[in-house]
Amino acid sequence: MSQGTATTLAGNTPPITRKPKKNLLSDGQGTLAAILISPTMLVILFVVGIPILLSLRESVFLKATAVDPVTGLIPEGESFVGLGNFTDIFNNPQVVQGAWGPMDRLVNSFVNVTFFTVVCVVLETILGVAMALIMARAFRGKGFVRAAILIPWAIPTVVSARMWGLIFDSNGVMNAILGQKILWLADNSYSQMAIVIADVWKTAPFIGLLTLAGLQTIPADVYEAARVDGANAWQQFVRITLPMVKPALVVAVLFRTLDTMRMFDLPWAMVGPGKYYVETTSILAYVENNQLRYGSAAAYSLVLFAYIVVVAFLFVKLLGADVIGDDESRALTAQRKRQKELAKASNQKVKLARSTITSGEGQS
Amino acid sequence: MSHARTTRRVLAAAATFGALLVTAACSSSASPSASGSAAGGVNWDERGPITYAQGKDTAGVWKGVLDQWNAAHPNEQVTFVELSPEADQQRADMIKRGQAKSGEFSVMSVDVVWTSEFAANGFLQELPADKFPTTGMLKSAVDASTYFNKLYAYPQGSDGAMLYYRKDLLDKAGLQPPKTWDEMQAACDKVLPDQKGMSCYAGQHQKYEGLTCNIAEAVNSAGGEFITADGKPAVNTPEAIAGLQWMVDGFKTGMIPADAITWKEEEGRQAFQDGKLLFHRNWPYVWNLASKTDGSSKVAGKFAVAPLPGKTGPGVSTLGGHNIGISAFTKNKGTAGDFIKFIASEPIQKTFLEKGSLAPILESLYADPALNKQFPYLSTLGESIKTAKARPKAVKYGDVTLAIQDATYSALQKQVEPAAAFGDLQTKLEGLLK
Repeated sequence: MSQGTATTLAGNTPPITRKPKKNLLSDGQGTLAAILISPTMLVILFVVGIPILLSLRESVFLKATAVDPVTGLIPEGESFVGLGNFTDIFNNPQVVQGAWGPMDRLVNSFVNVTFFTVVCVVLETILGVAMALIMARAFRGKGFVRAAILIPWAIPTVVSARMWGLIFDSNGVMNAILGQKILWLADNSYSQMAIVIADVWKTAPFIGLLTLAGLQTIPADVYEAARVDGANAWQQFVRITLPMVKPALVVAVLFRTLDTMRMFDLPWAMVGPGKYYVETTSILAYVENNQLRYGSAAAYSLVLFAYIVVVAFLFVKLLGADVIGDDESRALTAQRKRQKELAKASNQKVKLARSTITSGEGQS
Repeated sequence: MSHARTTRRVLAAAATFGALLVTAACSSSASPSASGSAAGGVNWDERGPITYAQGKDTAGVWKGVLDQWNAAHPNEQVTFVELSPEADQQRADMIKRGQAKSGEFSVMSVDVVWTSEFAANGFLQELPADKFPTTGMLKSAVDASTYFNKLYAYPQGSDGAMLYYRKDLLDKAGLQPPKTWDEMQAACDKVLPDQKGMSCYAGQHQKYEGLTCNIAEAVNSAGGEFITADGKPAVNTPEAIAGLQWMVDGFKTGMIPADAITWKEEEGRQAFQDGKLLFHRNWPYVWNLASKTDGSSKVAGKFAVAPLPGKTGPGVSTLGGHNIGISAFTKNKGTAGDFIKFIASEPIQKTFLEKGSLAPILESLYADPALNKQFPYLSTLGESIKTAKARPKAVKYGDVTLAIQDATYSALQKQVEPAAAFGDLQTKLEGLLK
């Protein structure tokens, strides 16, 4: 945008003289915006908001499970237990033997979730970026390569879980290739590895796809300039490609992180339930639900919910800088200040700094 | 360029929304639990259209049976509701109806291990003994339909395990089918050296319901009592531990191939059909598939069945099968009652066997000479079911079976010693089966 054409607020318009509004970003169309998004918000209220409130309510209740010794029937109703469903993991731990030694089932599932998230997302990011770099190249058969890379992403997870189940079968392809007799689908560290492989295979293309979109917005002349300056391929990648693709990549990685944290179908369909090496918190919540213990199921999902919120928050903080008091407002203030100065010396042609990336400079 | 701005917005939105989805997806709304409905006050003369719900009709027998009923009862039509082929999903669908006190599924096909849970929660109508006689039915199957000494369903189809063995190889070695584990091991020692790539024995050892069936059989066959007659667990006895020890040793010595720890029914059947097993424990459905002469089975005509072997004598099978029960909340219970009697009647049970190879619940059919000719395994199966033991009758069956699988699988994976595993299991089961 060398010849700035965007005229959001600045441009040739006369300088703003009235007192700035509280929200610098507001353009006075707030009411219209509210009307326009209200149908969406209504849907979200019904499919997300209300279920969450119901979950919260459910998580502090416990269904009666004691059997009447004479009739064998379970009495009706549920009782309020406060935070009992949450503290149960401390008061009444259900010790299981997973990859990380004997520990409570919920804690074990939490560690599994963290392990899978870290390992899978790191591998997926590396592979995804590599895929994007390949897909962005212009070469013969580009369409074919792009389609081939995207196929795994298009396959439903349950289907790919079954498929990888066959591959990891004791008589399957993987053992044939490796020449080993590894029992991937039992309950051991190999099962974890199998999950990681299948998940990376399936979702690296997702990161690749989003990164590709980011790559395509990088103008070619930046690279040209770099080459003129004598930058080698690695320098170009580290100094140009990565920083410029970062916004797209960060979103892709965040999506994958949140998605991996609630992983359910892959371990469930491939390795099976009750396998503590691969049991995730979503699976545990489902199992509890299946045993008609809705209280603890709701409590476990809420704990996972809180965990994901924290991770997402940290993610935004660390990789995306501040969201609310963002530097866009600051940039805008600075720009307006400059415009005022510009107006004062109206005949003077001022070359404004190029660092305000958030809004166009207008004609300078 | 507004990358940075968009990024942050999307990040914030994605973070919130993604997190929200988790709770929304995993939570379930509150629903009042049903109370048990008393047997009294039921109008057994109310008649009219009803529905019948069961899992996917893989045997392909139900259309004919329902057509037959509907032709004879124009005012009491039965509509077939076909549920998922997955047992868990069927159970969840039925529980949903029960908790909503809905009679949408008037008559349900209930797995034997769900019967207690459904009865305790009041989903099933108790069947008064005077109106629903059980004479002529297999005792073990009737026992699996009762809860607290009351009948809550009729047996619909039964199932028992059998030992499939390679008759050709045993005949060649001049051996009889084994009655004990030692005899089975001896037969393997004699036959296997000449058979490359063949293992001695396998059942179902993957961590799932099949493992519960297999370990219960091993314990009961070793002289232990997985669950005593009064419903108490007894897995920490020396006999019970010997049963687990046998299976663990089987993996250690290679009697059971190492990869069998990931096998369910189908993987084991495949191995047997490929000629990789001398002995195989499985359900009756394997007979037809292993007898196929289209090339899918290498053992067609070369195998036979025997009762399961035990430690010192004949083994004990675990009872499988389904019951047919009436929803406590349905209308037209008179029709529903007639319908389950119709399903349990001899002509229909015979149809199930002839058309779908389903094990009947009537004792008389197992002795029928014509049927025995058509199904050479029938008398063996009858013996198996007659002596079969039910899995624990537990309201929290899901927890019970998981505890059993936890203990067994960790012992099979050599993470825990058998005695320690079953000692721990005993404590857990005592809590669950109170």
